[in-house]
Amino acid sequence: MQGISILGIQAEGTAMFEIFTYEFVWRAMAASILGGITCGIIGVWVILLNIPFVGIAMSHSAFAGAVFGLLIGVNPLVCSLIFCSIAALAIGPVADRGGVSVNISIGIIFSFVLGLAFLGIGLMKGPRTEALNFLWGSILTVSYNQIVLLCIITLLILILLILFYREIMAVLFNRDIAKASGIPEHIILYVLLFLCGITVTLNINSIGGLLIFSLITSAPLAAYQITYDLKTMYFLSALFAVISCLSGLFVSIFINVPSGALIILVSSMIFAICFVLSPKKKRTKAYGPS
Amino acid sequence: MSKLISIKNVSVSFRDHIALHNISIDIRKGAFVSVIGPNGAGKTTLLTVINGLGRILSGTVEVFGRKARPLNINKIRKRIGYVPQQMAVDPRSPVSVKEAVSIGRFGIIGLLGKWTDSDEQKVENALDKVGISRLSEKPVGHLSGGEHQKVSIARALAQEPEIILFDEPTSNLDPKAQNDIIKLIERIYSEKKYTIIFVTHILSHIPHSCTDVVLMKKGRIVKSGNADDMLEQKILSELYDFPMQVSIVHGKKHFHAGHFHTGHSGRGDGNV
Ligand SMILES: Nc1ncnc2c1ncn2[C@@H]1O[C@H](COP(=O)(O)OP(=O)(O)OP(=O)(O)O)[C@@H](O)[C@H]1O
Ligand SMILES: [Mg+2]
Repeated sequence: MQGISILGIQAEGTAMFEIFTYEFVWRAMAASILGGITCGIIGVWVILLNIPFVGIAMSHSAFAGAVFGLLIGVNPLVCSLIFCSIAALAIGPVADRGGVSVNISIGIIFSFVLGLAFLGIGLMKGPRTEALNFLWGSILTVSYNQIVLLCIITLLILILLILFYREIMAVLFNRDIAKASGIPEHIILYVLLFLCGITVTLNINSIGGLLIFSLITSAPLAAYQITYDLKTMYFLSALFAVISCLSGLFVSIFINVPSGALIILVSSMIFAICFVLSPKKKRTKAYGPS
Repeated sequence: MSKLISIKNVSVSFRDHIALHNISIDIRKGAFVSVIGPNGAGKTTLLTVINGLGRILSGTVEVFGRKARPLNINKIRKRIGYVPQQMAVDPRSPVSVKEAVSIGRFGIIGLLGKWTDSDEQKVENALDKVGISRLSEKPVGHLSGGEHQKVSIARALAQEPEIILFDEPTSNLDPKAQNDIIKLIERIYSEKKYTIIFVTHILSHIPHSCTDVVLMKKGRIVKSGNADDMLEQKILSELYDFPMQVSIVHGKKHFHAGHFHTGHSGRGDGNV
């Protein structure tokens, strides 16, 4: 949250459109849209696999990575990506080898990376603000490189989702059934977890490490309230997340508050509205005897 | 006839609990094997050993002449239909009945394979055979327990496998549906010459065409043989540790649990 004096623009009373002359605003919009799409889609996986805390575990892995990056003088984003990839790829095998549920495995990984992060912070000299900034993040300060990375991960997720739509649906529906039908369920699950890890890392700077968990769960949960169709759920979840990110961005431009917090408030509001309007509560009407 | 499934000295344990003790059994192609035994005998575990869902501690499992290994297990599974005993489905799951049945074909089509009209047709036929066509667009989470069971059966049929593992396919079903499903299983057995392994607690559901009965207890196969020899009063009473009565009416065996001649009806007595 650098002190970008957006307030100045507003004070001058110039047209709202003037903000679009600033390059950082375009970057922030790109980050919002790409971040919304990626978080919306992986959120559907997170909800249907019933592993909400994967977001928290991943953002702390990214945090631990950033801390170590700063310690050894390597780009924190690169270190976060490496930490997150390893952590995400470990979840599946730890669950399978240890004979525990994916959630337990996420808990184990989470405790481990948290330990690493604290160790790293302990080893740091001087103020630790740079590391802690990682947990906050602001959509207004997203760099060009991050946008490029976000573009790549968005494309990757969309391509894999289209190519392996059926297999992913089967794994989300029931892992044992998917397995019994001869689908390489392990590989699919590991790839989904891996994509979750990368997505969280790449969106941390814009949304914030603690808040991304909320976006990943509230957008798909909102979609979950109002549809029984998986394709619609993907679409709505991504749409809700994009709306949350964009409105969070614009509000934070005009009133100087953290964008991440606003994104989460908007997405929670969307969830609340969908929850109240949910047709799933009166399903006898929608799917009565035919 | 050739051995389709060959299980040798297989043990399975869940941490310190041994679910299967050194089991060996061969199943030939085209057999209809009924597996019976008390709760916790290891029947479900035996089925999961065959399709590789369960992990074995020791021993070997060969299906279709191949040893089940991580690299070829999916090839084997594509050729085995599985109707699990129970399945938890989230009531709000965004998957329709038809999609849930289609999953049976996903493994066969393979990664990057194309979903064709013939796949669609096979799914529709399976829905039709089991009698749930009218539910096909319904969210699968909205089904009753029995309807779920039918979805599982339809999924296995859509897969067009060579072996089908049925784990208590008639539990949760109403009397008519039980009868329909048993008839359906008999029919697909006689029509397609599938190899069928059928776990049940309802002895009268063991069809005429059943070729072998396997008796399991405490993780062991205690006996096996043809249906006539195995479904016998003394053997069954021993198996269940409970007096069982077998009577023959119109050439068909009927089974009763409990002391048949205690005078009053009900309380522990009943058709099994
Ligand atoms: N996932 C598991 N974890 C621990 N123990 C298990 C697990 N699954 C099965 N068992 C144990 O293994 C033994 C065999 O279980 P299995 O499900 O094969 O019995 P079953 O013969 O199918 O019984 P039922 O008739 O009740 O279905 C039981 O004692 C059970 O407690
Ligand atoms: Mg069982």
